Amino acid sequence: MLKRTGIALLAIAIAIGTGSLAAQTVNSGLRGATPLNDEGPAPPMLPNRNTAEKESRNYPEQPPVIPHNIDGYQIDLNGNKCLSCHARARTAESQAPMVSITHFMDRDGQFLASISPRRFFCTECHVPQNTATPPVSNDFTDIDTLLSRASPGGRR
Amino acid sequence: MTTTADESKEKRGFIARSWDFLLELWGVLRRPSSVFALGTLVLAGFVAGIIFWGGFNTALELTNTEKFCTGCHEMKDNVYAELKSTIHFTNRSGVRATCPDCHVPHNWTDKIARKMQASKEVWGKIFGTIDTREKFVDHRLELAAHEWARFKANDSLECRNCHSADSMDITKQSPRASVAHQRFLFTKEKTCIDCHKGIAHQLPDMRGVPGWQ
Repeated sequence: MLKRTGIALLAIAIAIGTGSLAAQTVNSGLRGATPLNDEGPAPPMLPNRNTAEKESRNYPEQPPVIPHNIDGYQIDLNGNKCLSCHARARTAESQAPMVSITHFMDRDGQFLASISPRRFFCTECHVPQNTATPPVSNDFTDIDTLLSRASPGGRR
Repeated sequence: MTTTADESKEKRGFIARSWDFLLELWGVLRRPSSVFALGTLVLAGFVAGIIFWGGFNTALELTNTEKFCTGCHEMKDNVYAELKSTIHFTNRSGVRATCPDCHVPHNWTDKIARKMQASKEVWGKIFGTIDTREKFVDHRLELAAHEWARFKANDSLECRNCHSADSMDITKQSPRASVAHQRFLFTKEKTCIDCHKGIAHQLPDMRGVPGWQ
């Protein structure tokens, strides 16, 4: 008898639980008001940053970001539009920064005459920047800031 | 007797009979008309002229449409398919360039000259020079080089039919574009095609092309 009451109570509890789950709309802050099982409206596509002004790197090894549009730039076996400005021989005319010397190195550290095939596809590392405000803010702190905090009198 | 004459007539070759017909036609043409009035002939000639010229122009315009160009799968599956993702096909204002806007001169004499050149392309179509994607890709450098040479020779006239250097507002351009246009375009040091290759179709192997690595 006690066992049967327990089962009945459990069944009721489950029923109430599922009912309340179904009634409430589950959503998260990033998705906005759209329920989890629906697809919300696509956010508008924003243009890329196109100032052509150099942006500072967050750490020395960071591949510099592309401060201009690269729409329709072909980078494949047939050609590389980026190199039309950034190749060593093209920089005088274009006044663009030259591809770093590290890109001429093969995997054994030997310098080649031109861009190493392993560094040919620019957009594997270098990317243009969008003007959208990111939904999650970035709290990255660069090393200079960290060091200045550690120094005497600096904020810990 | 008459039967033999007929036989001899039929035995004569096609060329000989055509020649006889031409001689007779020439005789009729150079004799003054004795049946029609001069006014009738002039009027008929005028009307025939209108019909001929109108028909010629209509045919010319018909071959100057994107629908005609993409009627062949060589164009439809290769260059037209590639154009579709570029700004000359879809953009914010909806103004778009069709095939002849860039590839056929708008000026009449130049247009006729280009159309006569295009007879080579009919030959290519008949003999299937580029009837597969592989063949097209193999020929892409040659085909592109023709168009680059044409644009270079006429100072990118087909670009300038829409994009006028005088009407360019460089303050509305990105910093890179405005600097480049002031340095190279306005000084006439370079023409559009020198920098803007591969903007409407994919590029061929660019090794050895000036400005490319």
